Amino acid sequence: MQINTVSKKKYFLSKKVDSFFAGVADAARFVGDYFTQLFKPPYEFSEILRQCYKIGVDSLPLISLTGFIIGIVFTKQSRPSLSDFGATSWLPNLIGIAVFRALAPLVTALICAGKVGSSIGAELGAMKVTEQIEAMDVSASKPYKYLVFTRVTASVFMMPLLMLYTSFVALLGSYINISANEHISISTFIANAFDKINFLDFKAAVIKATVFGFTISMVACYKGFNAIRGTEGVGKAANAAVVTSMYLIFIEELMIVQIIGWFR
Amino acid sequence: MQTEKEIVIDIKGLYKSFGDNHVLRGVDLEVARGENVVVLGRSGTGKSVLIKIICGLLTQDEGSVIVLGEEVKNINRKQLEELRLKVGFSFQMSALYDSMTVGENIAFPLKRNFPNLSKNEVDEKVDSVLNSVSLLKSKDQYPAELSGGQKKRIGIARTLVLRPEIMLYDEPTAGLDPISSIEINALIKNIKEEFGVSSIIITHDLVCAKTTGDRLVMMFDGVVQKQGTFEEVFDSDDERIKSFYEYNFT
Ligand SMILES: Nc1ncnc2c1ncn2[C@@H]1O[C@H](COP(=O)(O)OP(=O)(O)O)[C@@H](O)[C@H]1O
Ligand SMILES: [Mg+2]
Repeated sequence: MQINTVSKKKYFLSKKVDSFFAGVADAARFVGDYFTQLFKPPYEFSEILRQCYKIGVDSLPLISLTGFIIGIVFTKQSRPSLSDFGATSWLPNLIGIAVFRALAPLVTALICAGKVGSSIGAELGAMKVTEQIEAMDVSASKPYKYLVFTRVTASVFMMPLLMLYTSFVALLGSYINISANEHISISTFIANAFDKINFLDFKAAVIKATVFGFTISMVACYKGFNAIRGTEGVGKAANAAVVTSMYLIFIEELMIVQIIGWFR
Repeated sequence: MQTEKEIVIDIKGLYKSFGDNHVLRGVDLEVARGENVVVLGRSGTGKSVLIKIICGLLTQDEGSVIVLGEEVKNINRKQLEELRLKVGFSFQMSALYDSMTVGENIAFPLKRNFPNLSKNEVDEKVDSVLNSVSLLKSKDQYPAELSGGQKKRIGIARTLVLRPEIMLYDEPTAGLDPISSIEINALIKNIKEEFGVSSIIITHDLVCAKTTGDRLVMMFDGVVQKQGTFEEVFDSDDERIKSFYEYNFT
């Protein structure tokens, strides 16, 4: 029997700590690749467009329903506390602030994390475990550019649009409730709802949505690309994609709100 | 024995571990131009790892792998991509893109690597390789509609469309019925003759080894134990080589 001459691997700190940092470095490289690709045409416009369409179709029904119901419920639940002060005429202002500053970006992102994130995680995870991604790699077909860059870019474009759409249906839901109770005309409602919203709020909402969109797709692609062998890995990748991006979305929300606060 | 044949794959002292799992422990292997080399060995000896290192999907811990004159681990991304155009890889599970039709599967590497090709040129090339694997009729089908043997042939066609100089087959007949296996074996021989490629064929199917291989390499415990013609390798007292033979032929 021949003696195994491979030297024992030495760890810097410990096996666990080392592999944690190796994982972080790997993820950072994965994210960094996106920005390298950003400066390397061609950009697969047709594939990006196809992904945009898919993201929209995937999430539109759920977003419509959720946004609309949130509008109604939030209005209904806020009314009693405002009417204690005889301030129900402030409802549209309150809703406007709540929707633009907090609800719309967050709700849209969470729904997309569930819908888009899990679908990308599962799709790429399945491609990984059946060696389709390696097959693209060995035929020099640049899988990162074709699979990751297109999805992340599409999601970065789509998320702000979806966020604006969520705001629209939420305000619509709110107006339906208000018009039944307070009998305000739609033009007054809109004027009041946007009264306290300034351009900074609008910018902040769009920035949040863009960051969330990047996060959701990037995390899902990373989890998919790193799915480990077997069909079980596909489910795990989809699940991890959703859970991880939800954590990140809340952390990012907190950070962006802090940063925006400095500009107010 | 031929003298001074050009060596297209030259592997020396190859080591690869995954954590504490020491998979390859000093593999030496040479493939000459136009030669079909069969690598035999039981599951888990690292045969797939070996060919994945050859095309740069994995990187070795120690040792050198020179493919078409290039040290694979030292070349940059662009050079690696150029090298990969010359090295075809047929995956164990075919690895067809299941969201694309057969025709789109084969056109994909062409379009990705040669964006200036016209639609007609791509179509012509796709039809021509589909003809080589006698599956032109399946052009508009999806991978899910194909049998295992057909998938294998499409997977091979998808690499052939790039006109590789080297083919790496990972268990080309595994999981196939005998008739499909015979077709694949014939195809591998035909590819060598028609396209003049050199190949490494990984298998534990001795019929496949015998029909397709010019030379056999027996791997055990992460090293090459024996090599030569089919008769030379199996004329052995080694229990493991004997049981390998008996499992296939008795
Ligand atoms: N990417 C990987 N990460 C960790 N272990 C791996 C990886 N690829 C292969 N292995 C391990 O290497 C060994 C050899 O695998 P493989 O080359 O697939 O065997 P085979 O000879 O059957 O093709 C197995 O024990 C497998 O678990
Ligand atoms: Mg294998």
